[in-house]
Formats: sequence, C-alpha cells, structure tokens
Amino acid sequence: MLGRHANGIFWMFRYLERAENTARLLDAGLQIALTSGVEAADDEWRSVLVTTGQDALYSQSHETYSGMQVPDFMLRGRDNPGSIMQMVENARTNAREVRTSLTREVWETNNETWIALKSMLATPITERNLGDILPLTRRQAALVRGAMEGTMLRNEIYNFARLGTFLERADNIARTLDVKYYVLLPNISMVGSDLDNKQWEAVLRSLSGIRAYRWLNAGRMDARGITSFLLLDRRFPRSLRFCVDKLESNLRFLAEEYGAEGRSHEMVREAARELRETHVDEIIEQGLHQFITAAKTRAVEISNAIAEDYRFIA
Amino acid sequence: MTSGTNAHFDEMVDGQGNVRSAYDGYRTWYDDQDQRWLRAQNGRAESFFRRTGITFNVYGEADGEERLIPFDMVPRIISGSEWRRISRGIEQRVKALNAFLHDIYHKQEIIRAGRLPLNMLSQNDAFLQQMVGFNPPGGVYTHIVGVDLVRTGPDEFFVLEENARTPSGVSYMLENRETMMVMFPDLFTQVPVRPVQDYPQRLATSLANCAPPATGSDEPVIAVLTPGIYNSAYYEHSFLADQMGAELVQANDLRIIDGRVAMRTTRGYKAIDVIYRRVDDDFLDPLTFNPESMLGVPGIMDVYRAGGVTIANAPGTGISDDKAIYSYMPDIVRFYTGEKPVLDNVETWRCSEPDALKYVLDNLADLVVKEVHGSGGYGMLIGPTATKAEIKAFAEKLKAKPGNYIAQPTLSLSTVPIFTKSGLAPRHVDLRPFALVSPREISITPGGLTRVAMRKGSLVVNSSQGGGTKDTWVLED
Repeated sequence: MLGRHANGIFWMFRYLERAENTARLLDAGLQIALTSGVEAADDEWRSVLVTTGQDALYSQSHETYSGMQVPDFMLRGRDNPGSIMQMVENARTNAREVRTSLTREVWETNNETWIALKSMLATPITERNLGDILPLTRRQAALVRGAMEGTMLRNEIYNFARLGTFLERADNIARTLDVKYYVLLPNISMVGSDLDNKQWEAVLRSLSGIRAYRWLNAGRMDARGITSFLLLDRRFPRSLRFCVDKLESNLRFLAEEYGAEGRSHEMVREAARELRETHVDEIIEQGLHQFITAAKTRAVEISNAIAEDYRFIA
Repeated sequence: MTSGTNAHFDEMVDGQGNVRSAYDGYRTWYDDQDQRWLRAQNGRAESFFRRTGITFNVYGEADGEERLIPFDMVPRIISGSEWRRISRGIEQRVKALNAFLHDIYHKQEIIRAGRLPLNMLSQNDAFLQQMVGFNPPGGVYTHIVGVDLVRTGPDEFFVLEENARTPSGVSYMLENRETMMVMFPDLFTQVPVRPVQDYPQRLATSLANCAPPATGSDEPVIAVLTPGIYNSAYYEHSFLADQMGAELVQANDLRIIDGRVAMRTTRGYKAIDVIYRRVDDDFLDPLTFNPESMLGVPGIMDVYRAGGVTIANAPGTGISDDKAIYSYMPDIVRFYTGEKPVLDNVETWRCSEPDALKYVLDNLADLVVKEVHGSGGYGMLIGPTATKAEIKAFAEKLKAKPGNYIAQPTLSLSTVPIFTKSGLAPRHVDLRPFALVSPREISITPGGLTRVAMRKGSLVVNSSQGGGTKDTWVLED
C-alpha cells in the first residue's frame, strides 16, 4: 500500500482513539464535578486539561475553570486544535484520504460519527447535553471499531490502524496516570497509603477499568494495585502492557508479511519485554513519574520509527 | 435561463398527455405506489448520499461546506432503439476525435486540406508542442470521453460539447443506479434495464489494454492520480480507484526512478504502468508545463515520451474540448471517417468571424455565448435571462476579444419529470454518456449521467449551479 495511506490510516485511528479518550476523561471529570464541591470540580477540570496538554491554551482565553467552560473548550472550542470535534474532523479527513483502504462500513460509521457530532456540537455545552454527547462519542467510537473488526481484511491496513490505536492509547494511559499521580500524591511518601477513593475511581473510570479492577481486587483501592493494573496487567485492554503487546503482535504480523524488520520492531520488542519482566514495586521504587516520562518519550520514538520503517512520508 | 415557450419536448408524455412507450412500465409502477411512501423514500435518498459522503465542494464558496448534488428519483428512460443511434453517433465521434488528435500532432492533414484554420492550433494553449510527433501507447489519446448531449425532439439529439480532458460524473451514474436499486428493488424486476455497474471493470480493462508495451507487465499496475481531498471531484477519484482496485495516488507519492514513474509504498517504490490522471495538463509536470506548480511530478513527461508509462487521457487532448474546435466537429467527423455525422452539432457562431460576430451582437438577447476555453457553466452569457446591463457589458467583452467566444441559439431542451411534493413535474435535462477507448474497442456504457435543472423552467443543469442528477435507463429492447 501507499506510504501516505499507511500514514493516513495510522493517524485516522490515533485521532479516533484520542477523541474517545478525551471523552472518557471528561466523563470522569463530570462524575467528580457532580459529586464533589465546586472547588474540587474546578480542580478536576483543570487536571483534565493538563492531562490532554490543553491547559496553557485554555488559560489564554479563560479566567476560571468553573461551570461547563472546560467541557465546552475541549469538545468544541473554536481555537482548540485538540478539541474532540477537531479530532473527529481530522479522523474523517484522514479517512477521506485513505478511503480506498477502508470498507464501506468503516467509512460510513466514521462519517456518521462526524455528522452526528457536528450537529450535537453546534450549540454550547450544558450540564444536560454533556450527558448525551459523551456517551454518543464513545458509542460511535465503538461502532467504528466494530465495523473494522467485522469487515476489514486482516492485512497491513488493519495492522497500521491497530498500531495507531494502541500507540495513542498507551500515550493516553501514561498521561492520565502521570497527572493523577501529581494530583493525588503530592508527596512521594504517600505512595501506598490510603487514598482518596473518589479520585482513583475517576482514573479507573476514565480508562473504563473500574469494574474490572473491583472484580480483580475485591473492591480495594490502593495506589500500588491500581498502578500495577494500569501499567502491567496483560488482560486489561487499557493497560500499558496490553497496548505494547498489541503493538508487538501487529508489528510482528507486518514483519512476516514484508519479510523484513525495522527499527520499530526492535524498540517495541524491547519495551514489551521490559513490561513483562518489571514488577510494580520496582516502578514505585524508581519513581512512577520517571517511569511514565520514559514511557511517553518511548511512544514518540516508536511512532517515528514506524513512520520511517514504512515510508509514511517522502 | 428559462425557455421562452412551452413547446419543449417531454420525454415521458406526448402533447396529448399519453405516456410514451419507453415510460410505460415505469408509469404503471409509479401509479401503483402510495404517494406518502414515495415522499419518505425521497428523503431517504439524501441521507444515503450524505452517509456515503458523495459530496462535492463548490469552488469559490468561503465556508467550504460540503454539498450534495440533488438526486431525483424518477429515472430518465431511453428506448433501446434510441440508444443504438446515440451510441453509434458517439462511437463515430470518438473515433474521429482520436484520429483528429493524432493528425494535429503529426502531419496536420486537416489543415493542409483547408478544413481547419491553422490558428485553431497555433493560437491555442491546449495545443501541446510536447506531443508533436509522439505516439501514445496503443495510439489512444482519449481513453475516457464524456459527450454532452441535448434533446429537442423525438429524433433530435445534438452534441453540446465533448469532454475529452478529464470528464467527470461517472461515479454519480453508478451511485444513482445503486441508490435506485436499494430504494426500489421491485422496479427493476418489472422493467428490463441495461446494467451499468460493470463500468469500473471495463475502465480497468480498457486502461490495462493501453499499458506501454515496453514495460512488459503481464498485469499492468494502474493508479488514479488525484489532486487530493479538496478537489471537487475527489469522491469520484476515490470511488473509481476503489472499484478498480487501483491505488489512488497524489503527485507527492510519485517520483521518477530508473526511467519509470514509481509510487512510494510501505515496501518502497513501485513502478506504475498506467496513470489515470484526474489533474489538468498544467499540473502533470512542473519541468515541462508549469514551473510554479507544486502539484506535478518532475520528469513524468520525459518518461511518458520514452514509453515508460501511459497517461490517460493523453496530455494535449484538452484541445478537443475547445468550443471553437467543437464548431468544426461535423467537418472533423466527415474528414476522418468519410461518413455523415450521426449526431449533429448545435448550430454555433464563431465570433472570430466578422459576419458571425455581427449577427451575435445583434441577437445577444436570444443567444447563449460561451468562452471557447470555459467549462462548468462559468463565464457565459445566457441572453434570454440576462438584464440589459449585463448584455451591454458582455457585448463590450465580446467586441474586445471576439475570438474568445462562440454563440449558440437558446435550445428548447427536452424535459423529464422530477418528483416534487405535489407529484411529477417536468424539468429540463441533458445527458452525458461515457465512452471508453482502447486499441481493441470503443465501449459505451448504456445510459450515462442525466443532469437535470431542478428549478421550474430553468435550463441550467450544471451541478455547480444547482443542477441535480437522475438515474438513466436504457431499456433492453
């Protein structure tokens, strides 16, 4: 396939994943905003902005974090290139570029997502419609994923789509955990101590992991357990290890198809091996923030290596 | 523009209100349907097109909103015998066009014979010096041709213009049929309609048959070259590439490697045998045509001239879209085929000729005046609907550069009913059939794209100016 199309598929699915993750973060934020005091709500909205790297831009045009200002900015802010609407628009633009690589079902569900969100996001966000928009975003993302699973040939196109999805998701898990780590644990000595359940619930909720975590841990909330779950669990589809395993298997498939490996294969194999062999206590001992920072840098390097190995750009 | 009289020919109903035989089957079906259900189906069609993303961008519109070309669900029906004559006429015309293009880029016998003035070529930007003396692979210049026809009476079909450069609209022909079959499957069991769906396969075969012999590929690699997603016809480009299983490339995917045009794939550069280009000549090769262009592939013309790639349609074919050349088409057909044209031209005055100019200036209010190089309904004067001031201003432009214009009478285009809230209502139509040319055959898909003026009385069918489209049926008889 064309390198430009591989790039388009990769980014189409990165943008879709990013839109979905941003919706999950807002959803978790909304839960806190609805159940905590006004002050806690503002803190939470700010942390959502920090997680997505949109805080600086937001501050240029806003004085406070109150009310629906943050969700409005993150969903439909005109000057916000990271808004969910813009992500969905970018995903669609990429989909148009690579339309010949998509099945009709994938194209149509993705196009419907754009049509539905464009109309829902035409007016300002209120507490009332936010509760409709966020589930819609997640549902549409699930539909695109379902259409892909059900109709796409398991060839290189599929692999590039999956690489985009899991690289973005890995980056998002790292960001979420990193921000919460600072909010929740201002002091490193507090690692392993009792925690604000509500905040940790929000982390798990934003990664759709609350049910799975409770089931696995009999409902106990502790930083060590949650960190281990989100970074190292190989069964949870929104854990770092799960994402890296998926990167590895998709790259392996490509290597078999192409009969050749590149730098990206080596980097991902190494990352997967480390995650398999690392224990959560080592991570906490060496510093969660350092670990996550390294993981984020690695995600960027892997993305660049994939682009180079598969000639995404001339 | 609006027709001056109501004397136009209606394709469904004759002057006495009787349904013409081609429409018998459809009309019987239609009269059986519940009007409310039909109205609901009409609404469904739009959401079908939106979801599929069959949209286009209008040049010069600020907000860049995507628009739909209105689709009308009443088919335009052509009988088998009518179609036989039309397709014979198109085949004749397309043959003549290719012979003409070969001639003007070689011996120019038509000029030596005094049948075409030399300045038709020498003063024409679409005439490419780079093509002189060159033989395109298989001898084919116009691989894909769209011929615009209008009808004014039972047997009166006229050619309004040729589109031999990069004709568009075929995706609408195909999607319209698909939409109709989804919406009204039972209709197709009752009326025998000739299929059109094999067009993409025929196109792929036709292009493969034109692959350059020197590259020796058993299975030629075909790519569709598009300017990109912001082009108004991008949907069509992706649709055709998809249907043909061809790559959809942009110029920045291409590079010249070892005397071949190659595309950048995830496995490295891969040579292409046939490029179905949907970009203008100017944007093919910045080294040859337009040094300012960021869009072309530097060196592609050298590869082409060395026989390393087929470009469809061939560079330099655009000259046959020229409306001044068009005015010579009846002579061109006679000159190269030795036959009388099956399909006539619309009467055309060349404003470059003093007598014609005088006539045109005296009768501007009744004529349609077009730029010789224009397309898409831009830059024209429609006398009957223009204001006095517009006519006066246009007369000045005409006098300043008469050679830039031709004029034609305001034709009384035929009508076909469209579906409206209050039932069927006649609207003016034209027809663009598509012909595929390969060294082996000329293949014409039965039907084509019917464009319809959606406003009552309007004669403007261009999609850029609010025109719609219809499914076009050729009956099996």
